[in-house]
Amino acid sequence: MRNKFADAVYEIGSKDKRICALVADISPAGSMLKFRENYPERFINTGVAEQSMIGIAAGLALRGMRPVCYTIATFSLYRPFEFIRVDLCYQNLPVTIIGMGAGVIYSTLGGTHHSMEDIAIASSLPNMTVLAPCDPIEMRNATEWCLTKSNGPVYMRLGKAGEPNLSENANEPFDIGKVRNLIKGEKIALLSYGITLNICFKVREILKNKGLSPSIYSCHTLKPFDEIRISQILKSYDKIIIIEEHVPEGGLSTRIKNCAWKYKSNVKIHTFTLKDQFIHFYGNHEELLEKHGISVSRIIKKINE
Amino acid sequence: MIDKKASMQRCINYRKKILDISQNVTALHAAGAFSATEIVDCIYYDLIRKDDKNKDLDTFVMSKGHGCMIQYVILKDKGILSEKDLIDYCKPNGRLGCHPDYGVPGIEASTGSLGHGLAISIGMAYADKIKNINRNVYVVLSDGELQEGSTWEAMMMASNLELGNLICFLDHNGSQSFGHTKLTHPKFYPIIDKIKAFGFDTNEVNGHNVEEIYDSTLKRDKKKPYLLVCNTVKGKGVSFMENKPIWHYRSPTPDEYKLAISEIKEIGE
Repeated sequence: MRNKFADAVYEIGSKDKRICALVADISPAGSMLKFRENYPERFINTGVAEQSMIGIAAGLALRGMRPVCYTIATFSLYRPFEFIRVDLCYQNLPVTIIGMGAGVIYSTLGGTHHSMEDIAIASSLPNMTVLAPCDPIEMRNATEWCLTKSNGPVYMRLGKAGEPNLSENANEPFDIGKVRNLIKGEKIALLSYGITLNICFKVREILKNKGLSPSIYSCHTLKPFDEIRISQILKSYDKIIIIEEHVPEGGLSTRIKNCAWKYKSNVKIHTFTLKDQFIHFYGNHEELLEKHGISVSRIIKKINE
Repeated sequence: MIDKKASMQRCINYRKKILDISQNVTALHAAGAFSATEIVDCIYYDLIRKDDKNKDLDTFVMSKGHGCMIQYVILKDKGILSEKDLIDYCKPNGRLGCHPDYGVPGIEASTGSLGHGLAISIGMAYADKIKNINRNVYVVLSDGELQEGSTWEAMMMASNLELGNLICFLDHNGSQSFGHTKLTHPKFYPIIDKIKAFGFDTNEVNGHNVEEIYDSTLKRDKKKPYLLVCNTVKGKGVSFMENKPIWHYRSPTPDEYKLAISEIKEIGE
């Protein structure tokens, strides 16, 4: 997703001189070489200085530019949090913050490089839009919207590398602010966002062999949240399965449960989230997710109960 | 040449006006405004250039947001804010609070949280530079802001980006909540050496003398960002407020107000 993101910024930035890229010594693979070489004046590396990256982006936006700030999620959102809150959200400026490699993707780098709470934190800020596209195709659409259409700050959670295209044959188009049905099915709805949607597809493959046909939804816009669509989904299925690479509080699970209460739904909701724990474990991404309780086999087991 | 006499008269009016406003509210940052009075007057009246239509060509960012009373009274003086705005200061039907908000006429950025204004100003100055717009960005920083790591991050970038259009003024009143910086944080000094080491052109002046502020700014090295250390006195102009931490935020009582008003006179040295 990193390469594709760099390509997207280059392509969109070629047509729109307002677009500028700020990085804090970390940049998409290839270091955005094409953008940097062609538009050096619109590429700023602030060095390992995330607070000034956000502040400078705010000043650029106050002059009509449309900056995108890029680094690993924990450094793009947590480190300069108060700058995001005051400079971007309080002033409501169109600056996009990319949280790269969010969740526990950087499994072996340890807790300092994990961002397990980013959706809750970013969503708590007034004026902030929060996006988490599931694959390179959704990411391309979301990036186009962030860089050319958004009216305020956006936090966009991205994966790292090698994500498969999941939305090629999606049942519905990608629309910011809308929950998107990727595959139409019945009785069971699988909901996720970002790269864990991949798990939904694996679960569906196994369930298909048992004659079940679950629906899959991409909840790529976490804020503003599409409550109306969620309320309809809650009415339309027997079981709701939510998978998210995020702590239990303040993410998709919390929001869907809020909707269930608000719309008086009694549907069974099962959530698979990261634990509310820092887990000291070194393995690959999938193995760390398993430690947190997120795996295809656990989800299948729960559905079969 | 600047009209120093006119500036001194304006500064008398500003200080009196701020004292007047202080009688409508329980608290305001008068002392921090009094230390920056001559600096902000010099920026607005002598440094900011005008275009053909008499519109300000340059930008001013009050990074020490708690000093905004001086900005408010000057913006009123210039007709950008109204008398009603000042009367309604910190009132439910007003639009001016204790810190400046972006969106209010004349306010270029929301400040108040220290250590933000410089990076924002760098973004503005850099955008102007790459668009070939002839515009200076003037920034007033508090000395407390120089304790924020974000200010030094930003200074490093201002030099890297060679922002000759970024002109900063340090309101060095040497006073903060716990007392005098010289005593509480002796290693805060020397300031000038640190600023030079970060690639800025710099100089040191009496921050209550507009001539010195103006002349030094004109003589700056225009290839580098500039930070002028303005030595000031917190609460300048009212003897019992000067360098007393208690006056950071409180309003004078009616008796104190009368005494303060009687003390306000020309300051130039």
